[in-house]
Amino acid sequence: MPKKTPWMIATAITVAVGSMAHADWKPTKPVEFIVTSSPGGGTDNFARVVQSIISKNNLMDQPVVVTNKGGGSGAEGYVYAKVATGDAYKLTFGTNNEYLLPYVAKLAYKASDLTPVAAMAMDEFLIWVNGNSEYKDAKSYVEAAKAKPQTLKMGGSQSKDTDQTLTSLIEDATGAKFIYVPFQGGGAAGVQLAGGHIDSNTNNPNENVGQWKAGAVKPLCVFSPTRLAEGPKVTADMGWADIPTCKEAGVPIDQFQMPRTVWLPSNVPQDAVTFYADLLKKVSQTPEWKEYIERTSQTNRFLVGEQLKSFIADDDAKNKKVFEREGWIVK
Amino acid sequence: MENFASLLHGFSVALTTYHIALMIVGVLLGILVGVLPGLGAPNGVSLLLPLTFTMDPVSAIILLTSMYWGALFGGSTTSILFNIPGEPSSVATTFDGYPMAKQGQAAQALTLAFLSAGFGALVGVILITVLSGWVAKFALKFSSPEYFAVYFLAFASFVGLGGTSPFKTIVSLGLGFAFAAVGMDTVSGALRLTYGFSDLLGGISFLIAVIGLFGIGELMLTMEEGLRFDGIRARVRPRDVIKTIATMPRYWVALLRSSAIGCWMGITPGGPTAASFMSYGLAKRLSRRRDGFGKGEPEGVVAPETADHAAGSSAILPMLALGVPGSATAAVMMGGLMIWGLNPGPMLFIERPDFVWGLIASMYLGNIVAVLVVLTTIPLFASILRIPFAIIGPIIVVVCFIGAYTVAGRSFDLWLALVFGLVGYLFKKLDYPIAPLVLAMVLGDKAEDAFRQSMIMSRGSLSIFWSNGLVGTLITLGLVLAFWPLVSAALRKRAKSDASSVIA
Repeated sequence: MPKKTPWMIATAITVAVGSMAHADWKPTKPVEFIVTSSPGGGTDNFARVVQSIISKNNLMDQPVVVTNKGGGSGAEGYVYAKVATGDAYKLTFGTNNEYLLPYVAKLAYKASDLTPVAAMAMDEFLIWVNGNSEYKDAKSYVEAAKAKPQTLKMGGSQSKDTDQTLTSLIEDATGAKFIYVPFQGGGAAGVQLAGGHIDSNTNNPNENVGQWKAGAVKPLCVFSPTRLAEGPKVTADMGWADIPTCKEAGVPIDQFQMPRTVWLPSNVPQDAVTFYADLLKKVSQTPEWKEYIERTSQTNRFLVGEQLKSFIADDDAKNKKVFEREGWIVK
Repeated sequence: MENFASLLHGFSVALTTYHIALMIVGVLLGILVGVLPGLGAPNGVSLLLPLTFTMDPVSAIILLTSMYWGALFGGSTTSILFNIPGEPSSVATTFDGYPMAKQGQAAQALTLAFLSAGFGALVGVILITVLSGWVAKFALKFSSPEYFAVYFLAFASFVGLGGTSPFKTIVSLGLGFAFAAVGMDTVSGALRLTYGFSDLLGGISFLIAVIGLFGIGELMLTMEEGLRFDGIRARVRPRDVIKTIATMPRYWVALLRSSAIGCWMGITPGGPTAASFMSYGLAKRLSRRRDGFGKGEPEGVVAPETADHAAGSSAILPMLALGVPGSATAAVMMGGLMIWGLNPGPMLFIERPDFVWGLIASMYLGNIVAVLVVLTTIPLFASILRIPFAIIGPIIVVVCFIGAYTVAGRSFDLWLALVFGLVGYLFKKLDYPIAPLVLAMVLGDKAEDAFRQSMIMSRGSLSIFWSNGLVGTLITLGLVLAFWPLVSAALRKRAKSDASSVIA
């Protein structure tokens, strides 16, 4: 059909010019979600929930491909995103580890190598003890740790990560001293607590809720400025909102949260950033997202633009102070 | 009998035409990803996961677990036919499976592998049906010292068997530990042995090492020996499959012992890889035909396969009841559970009995479906060996490299696979054993973490390994197994010198 060719070219040009003239950026090929944790981790769950909401509600014309790059506590994914500079088809899912990892390990990327798009939720931290533990509240537990320094075992995920940072903050604020035992992840730390092999952990709600329901572990206090949202009772007589904040319970730490963040590589068009920020905003307004937030007992907080930037700067400074005090920073 | 009633209810959930169709599709897809080394079950399951978002959780988990069973069977197929394990846990199957295939007994080896795998899986499922409550409680008794003891036991029962010199075994083991240490270290939170290469951040994948050491290394040897597979002359008749089925009862001791090891390792959870190595090691020590091991002894196929699948299926229970995945595939499935709105944990059994028992019932059915499907494909797979090497050789190279790339989508891994291929070739030429390297790579970092966690807990005292009956028994057993070759050698020497002194 040689006759038709000029007509087709003309159409192609019109389409191309038309889309250029349109200010909105839109993906024209599949988008890759890079997950900075291994399958089954909290970040993996976060990215896959976003993926499932996008596909269920047809929020984007292009399909989504999820790849796990969890090596080096997620550094593998961030380095991958750094190399993909200018590629607006690679969305990276993580936590505050994007800007904290480069402090504690010598890595081939800097925090500024990625463009922040949004923070979609804040994961909470609690002090948990074994279900049969003699400690009824955070105060008495911390007092016991002070009375017998270096005997009570605090479990958490790997060293120099959020759990150990929080443990260090507790020690600094109260004068208690724990033995910190790093496990492969929060799930393992939860089972070790349920089995009574450690005395406490600082797991996120989602990592311990199953064991709590079964009475194998119990929460003492939550590190947030206000109590958690009211929901259905988890055990016979307690729900998330019945847990006192740590400040109420006498542990003077206002707030310790971990943001669930989304990033793009550097040098991508501003329109692309806006496109994804809008897309994620739509995701966060669906009932499925609400259900995910409730099920995992996170705090629903959507941040973009300047708000996001100032949050990151603030969180970065707070954590850096702990790293400096503990001497974790690598030169 | 409460469990039995729940199981019957589970069958009523699982036994529908739709679910059986899902099982067959899952098993076939699983075999496909299983025979491609590198692609493997974890990748296959995560590729399929998005499709299940809109399914109901029972159907979704049936599809995914069936794929898992299929992949496990597919992994054994390539171990036997090409000496390339598709899954970490089928490495031990190569030791005798591949020699059997080389001797023209591919069909027999495949039949034995599939049947014993099916047997092991059934024992595993029966165990979790009968003892679901008890098993979950028992698993809670395990902490870092116990984990270390279990890994130590796996090492001890396998290492020290050697036909080669102990020095070479130690070199191989040491290299394996070094490879396992690459990447981020959990206990110190620091990077090790990455030398500034971003590609090494995630560590060296076990699969890359296996593809190189076994697949590419083996091809180099074959090329040197004259471009042919020895199995070519083998004729495959469906009759061979049936004949082999009839020989199964002969291996009842190995089947029972391996099932027990597999279930134990699945629950504790040492995992399927540890289980298959340990089972092979013990079979070699205890078998009447121990001299044939490594040269194509059928029992050397039965033992690791049974234990592998017994561990694989019984490991589902800790995943459901504790939320701790026993393998990479289980971790992906657990991610799925959360997306379908289920929280793994002790309460899952009480809140969603239809899901849990539907899954357990589907494990019975899925494994039967899988065994039937793979048995009928044996003649097809075995006839691959009759394709001239000039054609199949390059295809294997391509499949190996595609597999190496799929593991993490990095071109760096292709070079790594090539380097491991050279290492594998040199190892075989110089008669260094590869198995200790593989075992050290798979269990090395886990054993190391467990040991260092124990040392943090006890503040540096080794007495923690005898702090309770469970860990004390495990570690003592491990020490006995580890030093048995030395002790027995010493005893023999003593007896000999006694005898000679009598003569003198």
